[in-house]
Amino acid sequence: MSSSTSLTQPEALTPPDELWSEQLQPGEHWSGVLRRGTSLRLTALEPRANVAAMMYNYESLPERYNMADTLKAQHTAFLTAGCVCYSDMGRVLCSITADSCGWHDTICGLSDAAMVQAKFGAGRFQQRRNEFFRNGRDSMLNELGKYGLGKRDLIACINFFTRVTADETGALHFDPQHCRGGDYVELRFEMHTLLVLSTCPHPLDPESHYRPRPVMLRARVTGPAPRQDACRLRCEENARGFRNTEMMFPS
Amino acid sequence: MSARDEVVAAGEPWIGTVAAGQLLRIVDLEGNQAVDTLFYNAHDTAERYSAVDTIRAQGNIYLTTGSALRSNLGATMLTIVEDTCGRHDTLGGACSAESNTVRYALDKRHMHSCRDNFLLALAQHDGGLGKRDLPSNINFFMNVPVTPEGGLTFADGISAAGRYVQLRAHMDVLVLISNCPQLNNPCNAYNPTPIQIQIRGTTRSS
Repeated sequence: MSSSTSLTQPEALTPPDELWSEQLQPGEHWSGVLRRGTSLRLTALEPRANVAAMMYNYESLPERYNMADTLKAQHTAFLTAGCVCYSDMGRVLCSITADSCGWHDTICGLSDAAMVQAKFGAGRFQQRRNEFFRNGRDSMLNELGKYGLGKRDLIACINFFTRVTADETGALHFDPQHCRGGDYVELRFEMHTLLVLSTCPHPLDPESHYRPRPVMLRARVTGPAPRQDACRLRCEENARGFRNTEMMFPS
Repeated sequence: MSARDEVVAAGEPWIGTVAAGQLLRIVDLEGNQAVDTLFYNAHDTAERYSAVDTIRAQGNIYLTTGSALRSNLGATMLTIVEDTCGRHDTLGGACSAESNTVRYALDKRHMHSCRDNFLLALAQHDGGLGKRDLPSNINFFMNVPVTPEGGLTFADGISAAGRYVQLRAHMDVLVLISNCPQLNNPCNAYNPTPIQIQIRGTTRSS
């Protein structure tokens, strides 16, 4: 059972503006700080990947991603390129600047230990070593604890690469064909942001075996949103969200 | 916990406890009034209502009779046992001064909001709770339809005068309510009105 933690690209292939890259192993949880002006590309290395994400203002952790504010400001029930991710303080944590798959879920939350046990059976470390069965909630609590955060800080997450639709009755439908290998989404951070990730399977993925997928992270310096920016110009709401954000960062 | 029967004026907060086994009834007295609501485990407030756990567990985004309201730790906190309105929202969240600047205009910042109600009620409650303790809430009587294409709007209410929702508590819960003061969208029919809160039934130890 190999357990290589992070793979850096060979230097010859590294684009000149790249800050760093890391491969998330299947099931891995991760956290890091993305500064304003940094862009992060998440790439699904296999079909049917899922990356749960939570975000906090690194300078004031009680300010965090707010699912409801994000959806109602942009009149949408899902996220894709052109959308921004709002904090509860009316500011833009990050913008979604590129997206090859067109839909990211933010209303279904995380898997938990009971669900994983019921679906996949016991998969403990003693037997499986680092391929043990992880779950979304415990993975997040693990990373949140590193910053003094905990259960009180379990917010509605984004599930990148997953499409779940609601029909006319409100019933949810998971789309197993949605994420192809190589699909990517790019986030441009507009605030200094604590990003917490888990690559555990989506809680509504009906796959009968525990099979999380690997995901590549690549960070580069792009600068924050320019004046003429698709996310800023998407709607008047976003123009005001950027105005609120830029009050904190006089350039 | 004894029975309670109170009217909450338009735009005001309410905080109280409901014991396991008791019934909580919220009455939309005049119709089309959004009631922003959060629940906490009264003995361990780090456990609280979770919109996404509730949606995921029932496989449906709307709340109505039979819906089990789940906590961030996966437990059933309350169930909806009666609902004469038919559908309640848990995606729309609560209004705030800051989100009003984004959604409507910068000069709406001064307007009263649900999150101001929540924050003040928690500060006065003196239980050590604050903004970290404001996850996505329930909006009783509020209509936020989502289309199969993923559109989301705040629509005219489907509630009417006298309609109510009744919940049975499965654990002792702290209830935090903001009787929504929003004047910028149809969630209150542009006219916030009072609600009635009734707590009845015998307690049982959980």
